Order: sequence, then structure tokens, then C-alpha cells
Amino acid sequence: MSSDTITREQAYITYLLRLADDRLILGQRVSEWCGHGPVLEEDLALANMALDLIGHASALYGHAADIEGEGHDEDYFAYFRDDYEFTNLQLCELPKGDFAFTIARQFLFSSFSYFQYERLKKAKDEQFAGIIKKHLKEIKYHLRHSRDWVLRLGDGTEESHKRIQNAFDEIWMYVDELFYTDQIDELILADGNGADLISFKEEWKKLVEETLTEATLTVPDWDQFMMSGSRTGMHTEHLGHILAQMQFLRRSHPDADWK
Amino acid sequence: MSTKTLYTEQQVWGYLKEITDPEIPVLNIIEMGIARSVSIENEKIVVRITPTYSGCPAMNAIEKAVGEKLEEKGIQDYQVLLDYSEPWTTDWMTEEAKSKLKDYGIAPPEKTTKDEDFLKSLSGTKIVPCPFCDSFETELQSEFGSTACKSQYFCNSCHQPFEHFKCI
Repeated sequence: MSSDTITREQAYITYLLRLADDRLILGQRVSEWCGHGPVLEEDLALANMALDLIGHASALYGHAADIEGEGHDEDYFAYFRDDYEFTNLQLCELPKGDFAFTIARQFLFSSFSYFQYERLKKAKDEQFAGIIKKHLKEIKYHLRHSRDWVLRLGDGTEESHKRIQNAFDEIWMYVDELFYTDQIDELILADGNGADLISFKEEWKKLVEETLTEATLTVPDWDQFMMSGSRTGMHTEHLGHILAQMQFLRRSHPDADWK
Repeated sequence: MSTKTLYTEQQVWGYLKEITDPEIPVLNIIEMGIARSVSIENEKIVVRITPTYSGCPAMNAIEKAVGEKLEEKGIQDYQVLLDYSEPWTTDWMTEEAKSKLKDYGIAPPEKTTKDEDFLKSLSGTKIVPCPFCDSFETELQSEFGSTACKSQYFCNSCHQPFEHFKCI
């Protein structure tokens, strides 16, 4: 598929898959905390968020499958594509790290998603807008929760401060990709179904800076070296591993059914 | 004989009333605002339900329970559809449902707030009265509870932990 001959429909499917892949992979990552949370409440919270994220991915994959009309379903997109076909952000595939790292990533991703979904909820495609409005309610909880923890860890003990600062320092080179846009975004935006990422970049940065400052943390350098390429299938080594774990059972039993 | 002559929409609503939420057994799916509409289309009974939370495992159980209930009542020709056109909100729960929740020991959701207030509200905390002693001396323990729809609080007056049905 050459990029200059891409149809609007193909672009829309790609757009939906990018959104869905972010959520599936992050949901799978966050689910690794299940049974390993630092306290019982956090174990529940993280499992809940993982469930929400995978639920969001499932609805978006389902919608992409409907538009594509080739008889695929959400399981096809989740289990039967390889790493180079996944277009999730590298930010989402990084290992869960310690609790501080998981929280730092969740805060960056949820705050970004909040602004993005506030725009997507006005999409012309009513079914898509309906899905987005529903997910937005849950994203707000994720944002509130992760922001509270950034504050608590940053303004907490010497150890928690050190860990959350390290987490932001470590993850910073993956934030630029959040605002990556290409022809796909332009086409979808022109169709009235997309979110103009640049329109909220400053507002998002402000929320991040204010939160980090309130948490007595140092905001890392926005102009440092930044990773790129995930939207076109370039990933860190971590994606292959998480896919292997997530997909192997389904691929071993491709016709298995719950019923 | 066709379905149309056998069952009325009203009857089907009556059957749906018998289905309780698997996670909150004191409430039925009408009180929860999950059952959205019943219609008879081409002599087929069509029930539309709206999921509460996108990842809620109870939804599959509810979808299945609706089918089983209809079959139990002798309805063969039916369809259960998931309706995403409007996102589910706790505002759809009936007042009666909210008071049943409170009696069950879950602090009911209040009215939802406008979206625009969200970013400003990030730094504030909401006061939820204790469902056991009505005290306002409560504190949030976690935004997430035993199910996707609940958060956890602790009452400093009667020293009881309790759940709050999140307001979405």
C-alpha cells in the first residue's frame, strides 16, 4: 500500500488501529501488576485501569473491523498481527518498571488521552463519537488517579521522590511521539473524525509542568533527544516479547471458543 | 402464531425486571439504567442494553442473562443488541435504585458535573457521605474498588470502610 494511493477508508482503519493498539498494549502492560500491586487498593486500581484500556481497544478494533468489512473481528487485530503491524506508541510498550514508572507513564498517557478524546468526541462518525464519549469518562478517572500518585510520590519520601523523578527522566524521550502526525491524521481530520494534536500540545505541556512542579519534581528537557517511528511500525525490543506472551495461546488454538 | 400477538413490550419490561446486576444483586437492570429499550421489530423482540463500563465483565453475563430470561418465558425470536449511541451515565439510575444502593451499604452516585469543570476539579476532592451513619467525615482511599464502577472510602466517624458508586 503506497502512501499516496491510500483511500480514506484505509486511512480511517489505520487511524482507529493506532488508537486501539496504544490501549491494548498499555492495558496488557498494566495488567502485569495484577497480584503484584504495592498495596491492595493499588492492585485493584491498576487491574481496573488495565481492564478499561483493553475494553477501549476492543471497541475500537471492533469498529475498525466493521468499517473494513472483511469479516475480521477484534481478536484478529489483537492476536493475529505481528510486531511491525502494530502501531502503538513506544511509550505504551515499555516494561512496567517500578510502581513510579507505571504511574509516570499512566499520567502522561492519560492526560494526553484526555485532551485527544475531548476533541474526538465531536467526530462526525456517530458510532465512533459514542465510543469515545464513553471512554472519556473512564480516562478522567485514570488521569485523576495517576496525577494524585505523581503528587504523592513526588512530594512524599526521599525514596519515592527519587523514583518518580527517575521515572520521568527515563520516559521523557518517548513523549514526543505522542504528537506525531502524518498524512493519516490529516485525512481523518479533514473528514471531521480526527483530533488536531497540535491544538492542545501547549495545554497538555502546561498540565504536565504544573503537576510535576506541584509534586516538587524537575521537568525534564522538552528539547532533548526523542524517539520516533512507532506509528509506522518501528518499535523497541519490548513489543515482540509482550506480543509473544499475549498472543501465543490464541495462536496455538486459533479456533478455540469460550462457549 | 407470531411473537407479536403473544407478547407485549410491557410484558418484556416485566421480564427484564427479574434480571439483577451480577455485581450489585439488589438492583435490576432497569433500575441500573442498563436496559434501554424494548421493541418489536418484524415480530422479533429486540432488547437494547448499554454497557456501564467498557471493560466491565458483568456485561457479558447480563447480555446472556437477558437471552436466557426471554427463552425461559418462551420467547424464541429475540435479539439482544448493545447500544453505544449514548454513553451510560449514573444519571440514568432511578432514585429508587439510589436509595436501595444506600441501604445495601454503597454510597450512591450524585448528579454528574459538566465536562468543562473537569480540569479545575483535578485538585479538589469530593465529599461523599457515609451510607451507614451519614457522616461527612469521610476520606477517599482509592478511586478504584472491587468493581470498575466503585471507589473506596473510609468513614472517620463510624470507622467503617465503604464503597461509593462512581458518578460518571
